[in-house]
Amino acid sequence: MEQVNARAVAAVEVGGMTRASLLLKGTLAAAAAYGTAVAGPFVSRALAQSGDVEILNFALTLEYLEADFYRRAQQLGLSGEALTYARQFGDAESAHVDALTRTIRQLGGRPARKPRFQFPMRDQASFLELAQALEEVGVGAYNGAAPSIRSREVLTAAGGIVQVEARHAAAIRALRDQNPTPNGAFDKTLTKQQALDQAKPFIRS
Amino acid sequence: MSDRQLPARSGREAPAGDSALAELARDPLSRKRFMRMAGPGAAAALTVLLAACGGDNESESGTATSGSGGKASRGDLDILNYALTLEYLETDFYRKVNEAGLFSGKTADLLKRFGDEEAQHVDALRQTIRKLGGTPVAAPRTRFPLDNANQVARLAATVENLGANAYLGQAARIKSKEVLAAALSIHSVEARHAAVLNRLVGQNVSPDGPFAKPASRAQVLRQVEQFIVS
Repeated sequence: MEQVNARAVAAVEVGGMTRASLLLKGTLAAAAAYGTAVAGPFVSRALAQSGDVEILNFALTLEYLEADFYRRAQQLGLSGEALTYARQFGDAESAHVDALTRTIRQLGGRPARKPRFQFPMRDQASFLELAQALEEVGVGAYNGAAPSIRSREVLTAAGGIVQVEARHAAAIRALRDQNPTPNGAFDKTLTKQQALDQAKPFIRS
Repeated sequence: MSDRQLPARSGREAPAGDSALAELARDPLSRKRFMRMAGPGAAAALTVLLAACGGDNESESGTATSGSGGKASRGDLDILNYALTLEYLETDFYRKVNEAGLFSGKTADLLKRFGDEEAQHVDALRQTIRKLGGTPVAAPRTRFPLDNANQVARLAATVENLGANAYLGQAARIKSKEVLAAALSIHSVEARHAAVLNRLVGQNVSPDGPFAKPASRAQVLRQVEQFIVS
């Protein structure tokens, strides 16, 4: 009998879904009909993971964007605090990319592909302006998505990231002499669609 | 308030030994006497913070209504009252700082703004707790060292950084999605405050690095009990 590479089979895309997620959806249907108790702990966990994987891949896309942004910014001839932030925040976003990628794999998911980006900035002022906008998208996106995360560990990790994005946003605003709490006492959320819409202008492919 | 003891949970034992805190944790009669003497604010603040030691989800959260099937889980109400206690501390801190008149210009404006935002957190948490069938704890009496502008700014940074990590430490325990969303919207504002204040005093705007570290209730208690007058 022919040897079948199980992993290769699982990865084959059928109508946009991998075989793994097709099987999952089949079980989902059964669970919906008979209740998730029927699905058992393995499937329940897999369901939770697939939802979390989707959220983490959304976060990963934004982190790719921010990491690339700060990397390119360092070619602009920045100085002083702006340069410090470009380096420090860039390192942080890269660490976020690494952590999210690892976590997605640990959950049995496939990390999203890194897009190619374009950023309209040519000097320190335009860098800072764009940095502020991008960090705000990050805060809103994480705050919007986090309540849907099922795993407690993943939620805490996401919380640890959004706190840092909020720090970045506020620090840049303070540097630019802007109000550091633009939403007042309660930060606003973005839906996934809103966040992606705001990121779209910077994604080339 | 029920007479049952704070239950011991694995990894979260009630404070052992002869300390006053331990006695209060063990003995309901002691607690009642303490509450009558110290007044509602300190007692409530103490009880809410004490709950961390005895087990978070089944703690007696001060004057919370006795389980009449409230609209929110006792755990969530307990967490909200814990957050409220911290927000009372922050609001009181900023009020005293503003009254002390140690700052002027943009920094003074900034601190007023932050104080106003903390006061809004207090209001929102109180409203939320009531709406969910709980009773907000009373505000404790506080004491903060306010020696000079530099020291106060550094203290402000310390308090805000702690507040942010306190919220982060509770996020995974919150059962209701709505309560979680509210907590997150406050958490990132505390983070903004912390970053700006860190910057003001020449410290790293993100001292924990790329990932903020959650603070447990026990850790937070250790750091804030010095500010509560009891």
